[in-house]
Amino acid sequence: MFDTSAIAKAIFGRLTWESLPLHEPIVVATFVVVAIGGLALLGAVTYFRLWGYLWREWFTTVDHKRIGIMYMVLGIVMLLRGFADAIMMRLQQAIAFNGSEGYLNAHHYDQVFTAHGVIMIFFVAMPLVTGLMNYVVPLQIGARDVSFPFLNNFSFWMTAGGAVLVMMSLFIGEFARTGWLAYPPLSNIGYSPDVGVDYYIWALQVAGVGTTLSGINLICTIVKLRAPGMTMMKMPVFTWTSLCTNVLIVASFPVLTAVLALLSLDRYIGTNFFTNDFGGNPMMYVNLIWIWGHPEVYILILPAFGIFSEVTSTFSGKRLFGYTSMVYATVVITILSYLVWLHHFFTMGSGASVNSFFGITTMIISIPTGAKIFNWLFTMYRGRIRFELPMMWTIAFMLTFVIGGMTGVLLAVPPADFVLHNSLFLVAHFHNVIIGGVLFGLFAGIAYWFPKAFGFKLDPFWGKLSFWFWVVGFYLAFMPLYVLGLMGVTRRLRVFDDPSLQIWFVIAGIGAFLILLGIVAFLVQIAVSVLRRESLRDVTGDPWDGRTLEWATSSPPADYNFAFTPVVYDNDAWWDMKRRGYRRPLANFKPIHMPSNTATGIVLAGLSTALGFGLIWYMWWLAAASFVALLAVAIGHTFNYHRDFHIPADEVAQAEGARTRLLAAGT
Amino acid sequence: MSGLRLVALLPLAALLSGCNFVVLDPSGDVAAQQRDLVVISTVLMLVIIVPVMALTAIFAWRYRHSNTSARYEPDWDHSTQLELVIWAAPLLIIICLGALTWMGTHLLDPYRTLGRIASGRSVPETARPLEVNVVALDWKWLFIYPEEGIATVNELAAPVDRPIHFRITSSSVMNSFYIPALAGQVYAMAGMETKLHAVINKPGVYQGFSANYSGAGFSGMRFDFHGLAGKGFEDWVAHVKAGGGGLDRSRYLELERPSENEPVRRYAAVDPALYKAILNMCVEPGKMCMSEMMAIDAKGGLGLAGLNNTLPLTYDKYARRGAVFGPEATFVAGICAIEELDSEMPKSLAAPRRMTPVTGSGLKPPDFTANKLLSTSFFVGQRPLSGS
Repeated sequence: MFDTSAIAKAIFGRLTWESLPLHEPIVVATFVVVAIGGLALLGAVTYFRLWGYLWREWFTTVDHKRIGIMYMVLGIVMLLRGFADAIMMRLQQAIAFNGSEGYLNAHHYDQVFTAHGVIMIFFVAMPLVTGLMNYVVPLQIGARDVSFPFLNNFSFWMTAGGAVLVMMSLFIGEFARTGWLAYPPLSNIGYSPDVGVDYYIWALQVAGVGTTLSGINLICTIVKLRAPGMTMMKMPVFTWTSLCTNVLIVASFPVLTAVLALLSLDRYIGTNFFTNDFGGNPMMYVNLIWIWGHPEVYILILPAFGIFSEVTSTFSGKRLFGYTSMVYATVVITILSYLVWLHHFFTMGSGASVNSFFGITTMIISIPTGAKIFNWLFTMYRGRIRFELPMMWTIAFMLTFVIGGMTGVLLAVPPADFVLHNSLFLVAHFHNVIIGGVLFGLFAGIAYWFPKAFGFKLDPFWGKLSFWFWVVGFYLAFMPLYVLGLMGVTRRLRVFDDPSLQIWFVIAGIGAFLILLGIVAFLVQIAVSVLRRESLRDVTGDPWDGRTLEWATSSPPADYNFAFTPVVYDNDAWWDMKRRGYRRPLANFKPIHMPSNTATGIVLAGLSTALGFGLIWYMWWLAAASFVALLAVAIGHTFNYHRDFHIPADEVAQAEGARTRLLAAGT
Repeated sequence: MSGLRLVALLPLAALLSGCNFVVLDPSGDVAAQQRDLVVISTVLMLVIIVPVMALTAIFAWRYRHSNTSARYEPDWDHSTQLELVIWAAPLLIIICLGALTWMGTHLLDPYRTLGRIASGRSVPETARPLEVNVVALDWKWLFIYPEEGIATVNELAAPVDRPIHFRITSSSVMNSFYIPALAGQVYAMAGMETKLHAVINKPGVYQGFSANYSGAGFSGMRFDFHGLAGKGFEDWVAHVKAGGGGLDRSRYLELERPSENEPVRRYAAVDPALYKAILNMCVEPGKMCMSEMMAIDAKGGLGLAGLNNTLPLTYDKYARRGAVFGPEATFVAGICAIEELDSEMPKSLAAPRRMTPVTGSGLKPPDFTANKLLSTSFFVGQRPLSGS
């Protein structure tokens, strides 16, 4: 006689039929839609026999350009999920008045706002930022690839693995109901005994490995692989901001990994780091998570600053004003970002001197940031500004970001924070800087570098439509939240008493709807551009009259980026080359040494995801098996001697010859 | 463009006039001073933000591509004078704001006793603050009035113009105690005590709530705060006392269990040791108080013998499941009774009873003794615990 429930428990751990959210009609409907869409996608890929192509050319690729594009695709797909959460929250808050409970129960609503924060930061903003850095940095510094191409592929798939775990939580079990930073004691096993927090922990741990490794990779790339002549002070500003961002990643993500490891020890083996009892202290978690969390926001915004610098200078047809002070401002922000974390919890009872210290260090960051804004301003001054899409995003950023910066400095004044902390004013502030800064920057970057990646420009009509929906939608969605914050409304509330607040939530909901139209217009823009690619085609490789090296090569660049490594004499290297009448080398090509594709990255990440899933559901056999397999594959990969190959010289000559003919036909 | 924006703002202004901007128009002196800081800081920053926004618009328009009459200097990328201005202008603003921050943060430190009850009115020499002990429960607020010997749930009352001294803790997860009309918020955390000094200047009923998400019943964690003038407060206390009912430790353990949208409850009597027991997490019979544990640890601890001084957990407000590989849930057995712990609460930071606080004599330097330094951990930003 066997006890079937014991066997089921050994196989499935905590996973039972009750774990599936069949009682939540919204989730079931979502699942049906996602399943139909997913099946259609898989069917199409199968029908058009694309699996082999995808596997060989994309999934196993070590080419930084393709990995960059995959990061962007991941970020955009996750943006749809994160935004679905946002619009659900806005709808709930717009209708839950006058005794109405709205349409989301607490169990569901609390997951929605947690998932929104986690997804938008870790799986939208991070992949988009990393994707752009991955694509652009090696081209800007005249390199063939990143320093460690295999590691790059592995990093991407780890990030994707984390995203898969978060998405799984929607249909298998539940996500955390703790807020996006999962403060204990609420996230401890005593108050959150379910799988939600475990999904949170393992999704971030798996993705965190990818982020840290990609940070190491890009630092090494920027330090070691610059073209001859490109000294540190001749690097493009985007490369500078990428360097600083990756330094921040490498220095801060291990803290996140450590603090989540401690939290999982509390949850799995009953230690007491962050519990109330047995000498644990939840405030230690709050300190540690913000020692990672504050640099994290600079990890996101610095590359955006870099994008704005490139765009402003290119579209003003002018050298960047104050390059040196721009670089120093970036470095100062990098260092200061480590000295401000306590401003996230002034209200937790620190003394006045501690609070003042952290308040003032926070304000000091606004000095280099302000200097940057002025530098962009004086780059426009005496320029010839072309209002193409990237420049429109930049202007919108400059006007929007200063408002967010102002409210940020206001929140850094501790007594002001005492009345505004955790309010909707705070929510408005950080969306103001993250949408108005990071997201506008990413859209500027996408519009700016898209022709480099695909050889044709994005359709301007749908782009501008998307731009106006986003900008107007942003103001409508978040200015009411500033107002509500001043009315003393706190965040994460599910139902409201005071009917006079409703109108503001309705306006915010309309704003969110406009943003939805902006996202739709963005997707249509991409589709329309692909369809009209012949009329949008750019054969020169330099559609914007660019200034930095990525515009010196073809669009899309050949696998090897540059047939000959360029030599740099100026920080606007390509501008300088154009001015001096640079001629492309047309002969004497040499074989080019390249890294080989490998499936190890996707296999390792798949096993890590399985390991996470096993740990989340207490399926110990799965966790043990995937861990052993992980080690075996990692060790096995060290015996892989087929890591590189040479592109023969005549192939290079052919590719370059084709480009020469194209260029001649174009002029 | 900016003119158009102003026109667009007009219906907004009409909308705004109907709203209660409690943060900008509070009824307590502390919140009013905090509001002043919000306003002053905003104005200071607008000094630089407005020109930047205007210049952005002007430059974008003037140097547009089609305007070939504007000067075009593609190689102009440096000007020492401009760079000086660029760095100095924000620096000057931040110096002003920094000074304001340093003073404001110290003057409005919630741990500091009040120096005035309103602008121009100092605290009378004879006035003693109203003591209120605040406990955040899942998901309701418990208020204990130790001097009146009463307690209430989800209802708070105080006389106008009398300083209030809140001691704040939590029974389980983190919450934040916030009455926007009265004063800024302070977190409530289990096993720790935070403080808030405040005063209400106008009679009325104000909203209070938790400002930190704490789980499923968070939205309903609201209460009314009554500012009572004249003899209103004494009447209210008498009314509570007349209502009967008492709150002892066993009733508290019932109350502490999670519940949502609780109605107002009033208790005519309250166990005087209850708050101390909640704070030290030893309401459950037989559990060792934190203060006792820390006193033992300060003297070197019980050594290995301490490992055996645990009992299996029988009471648990959450019916919690232990960690999957962890030991059975236990608690440390108490040695003393709660009543034996006459640990003193740490002394409050006293403000001078003078109306000109910013003259420099206002802030006494804290006397740093080695002992105090040990108990004030800078790293976790935490005050000395009571009874340590």
